[in-house]
Amino acid sequence: MFMPDNRNSGAKLVVEFKSIQGHKYTKEGSNKPPLINLANAQGGSYIFEFDSYSDLHVCRDFVSKVLEKSKETPNAALEKSAVKLPDEQLSEEEMQLRIKLLQENSELQKLHRQFVGGNILTEAEFWAARKKLLDRDPSKKSKQRVGFKSAMISDIRPATDGRIFAEKPAVHRAFLNFVPNKMTEMEFWTKYCRAEYLSRTKNYHAVVAEAAEDEELAVFLKEDDILANEVRKKIRRVDPTLDMEADEGDDYTHLPDHGIFRDGTKESNELQSEHYRRTLLQDLNRHAAVVLEGRTIDVEREDSTRALAEALARSKRGNEGADNNANEERLDRTPRVAEIEDLQAPHCLPLAPLSIKDAREYFDSQQANTLKASRDSQASMKCSLSRQEAYGSVRDAISEIKDMGLSDPIVNPEVALKVYSGLTHNISSIKYHLGKNPRETVLDRLPSATKEKLLYVNRLKDALSNIYPQLEEMKESLPADLRHQVSLLVRPMQQALDAAIQHYDADLQKRSAKSGEKPNGYV
Amino acid sequence: MASAPSKLYSDDVSLVVVLLDTNPFFWSSSSLSFSQFLTHVLAFFNAILTLNQLNQVVVIATGYNSCDYVYDSSSTGNQSVGNGRMPSLCATLLQNLEEFMNKDEQLGKQEPEGRIACSLLSGSLSMALCYIQRVFRSGLLHPQPRILCLQGSPDGPEQYVAIMNAIFSAQRSMVPIDSCYLGAQNSAFLQQASYITGGVHHKPQQLDGLFQYLLTIFGTDLHSRNFLQLPKPVGVDFRASCFCHKNTIDMGYICSVCLSIYCKHLKKCSTCGSVFGQAQTQSDEPSATNRKRKTTDA
Repeated sequence: MFMPDNRNSGAKLVVEFKSIQGHKYTKEGSNKPPLINLANAQGGSYIFEFDSYSDLHVCRDFVSKVLEKSKETPNAALEKSAVKLPDEQLSEEEMQLRIKLLQENSELQKLHRQFVGGNILTEAEFWAARKKLLDRDPSKKSKQRVGFKSAMISDIRPATDGRIFAEKPAVHRAFLNFVPNKMTEMEFWTKYCRAEYLSRTKNYHAVVAEAAEDEELAVFLKEDDILANEVRKKIRRVDPTLDMEADEGDDYTHLPDHGIFRDGTKESNELQSEHYRRTLLQDLNRHAAVVLEGRTIDVEREDSTRALAEALARSKRGNEGADNNANEERLDRTPRVAEIEDLQAPHCLPLAPLSIKDAREYFDSQQANTLKASRDSQASMKCSLSRQEAYGSVRDAISEIKDMGLSDPIVNPEVALKVYSGLTHNISSIKYHLGKNPRETVLDRLPSATKEKLLYVNRLKDALSNIYPQLEEMKESLPADLRHQVSLLVRPMQQALDAAIQHYDADLQKRSAKSGEKPNGYV
Repeated sequence: MASAPSKLYSDDVSLVVVLLDTNPFFWSSSSLSFSQFLTHVLAFFNAILTLNQLNQVVVIATGYNSCDYVYDSSSTGNQSVGNGRMPSLCATLLQNLEEFMNKDEQLGKQEPEGRIACSLLSGSLSMALCYIQRVFRSGLLHPQPRILCLQGSPDGPEQYVAIMNAIFSAQRSMVPIDSCYLGAQNSAFLQQASYITGGVHHKPQQLDGLFQYLLTIFGTDLHSRNFLQLPKPVGVDFRASCFCHKNTIDMGYICSVCLSIYCKHLKKCSTCGSVFGQAQTQSDEPSATNRKRKTTDA
């Protein structure tokens, strides 16, 4: 990308190197100004003028290099040309990374070609937007550790990746205690394997016997008390609002007889051998928990098993501290969550108390208003007319009518029209307010003929009564011997019909008797 | 009551008992003059009588001091009066009305001081109901009675008990009370009356079209009202008046024995004489409003 030196013009010219076929440059010795002529594929040419020949040389070298490389695979050239820009200082590493990214991700490559190659984005912008990608790559390799394999340790060979220690903390503790002091690593693992072998046999008595002999062996055979403690702690940590029934199977100390033994047999209870039982379920659970947790330490850095064990112990201790804090937090939270509502004092919610007084004042003021209004009118009545005057005026009115007769027309037609339209409007506007008269229903509003049609009770009644004679006809039409059978069938149908029609008639009578209560035009 | 047999008579024969408000203090200050009012009303009576040959109209005047029957269309003693300018119905009615007004004036001696001049609606309601009862007992064939109340004077709270009694007895006899209120304010009693008995209440917006209102809304007989949509009021004002002071109240104390309404706490009910014990810390009437009132007082 060339930026013209002429600061006045702000145009940037982005030329794709691919399209440049050749370049010519003015010689240093000539008198012409330093120019580089880049011939375009389409036949045009770009002429760049430089300040000095040294600049020209720099550019010339660069361009020639680029052009050489552009004769290689266009892919690499594109990338390299994209990467090697004169104004961007890129480290080798980053470049490699970019190239690799582009190679891996074909879509990214497409985008890159489209944007950067098409002069829409500059290289720097393109990668700036994809900073995340660049950043992620180097750390990807180092941060994520490969976890444990999910296959259970079924073979006796101890794996070197510390998995046994993760799964069986008692063994871990034994290792830490025994190994440099009491026995070598080899011996430790031998004993461990012997214990494993023993526990696989169906011979519990052998297990007990050997354990009684060799106390170190016994450690391996006993149940994992560290695990048990951990589990108990876990149970205590559990949210008390959870259903605890489901978790009790995890508790070693309360394990009843259910549970698949590692060797598949169920033995009667022997107090001593109780300690030596491990169940398959427990092992499976523990294994799954460990695998899901992943590694807490970096495997590659630990060389010896001993160092590994120590590192694991350190990390566990570190975790414990955090656990305690979390535990306390949880203990605080539980009473808040598990409130028993009955035992709580009633919450005094911030309610605005209903002030009835206002309503009274409202009504009183209303009444005062009406009183005032009527008193005004009354006042006008009082002061304008005394009693005699009032009566006198009424009498005068009466005699006036007697003399004049009724006025003609009685009502002004326009007034009548206004009244009429007003009423119609009023009625239509409240037509849908059914709730005003609670005695009405939608059906009652319709004329009774429509109501009956809607309920089509009569239609049903007619249909039913038609069936009756049909049945009779059917009976008659058959020859005598069959008639008896058919009548057996037909009789219950007829009885049902009779009962139905009777019931309907009774119901109708009841309803009409009830409705007869209000004949006087209940509106 | 014998209502089903009246259907055999005819469906739409009606007996309209009209309660005419003749309170002079109201009419002297009303925008509609009494003569105009009478014009509309007389024409309306004629219209009712022409709707059906067997229709009857009875007019009771609600005065300031008294009430009286003014006109009965079924009575045979209607002599035609005067100059033939109007039908005899009108002449008789006006004559009787004039006589009634004279009597009424003489009955009342003092000026209306400090109280709203209201007419004796309770009295005319009771008279109307008595007449209707007589019609009911006259035989199997009788028209369907209804009461039309043309009132302009405001409600008198002292008549609350009597009016409510009349309303309930009308409800029991299944006599609808229609009401047309011509005054300025709203009449709670008339609204309640129409609501409880199943009648129509309307307050005309334009008083000079009163005849149109009367014909459209109040002219229909009871049988036809099943098919017609008549205007309904948007709401009903159910306020009561207290028995002790006759004030209109919306919250008060109620005796648990006789359901009398009081505005203040009393030791003994004045209607039924039951003594209210003081055993509980709060007051004894089971009124729901009681506690609220106490807190507002405290």
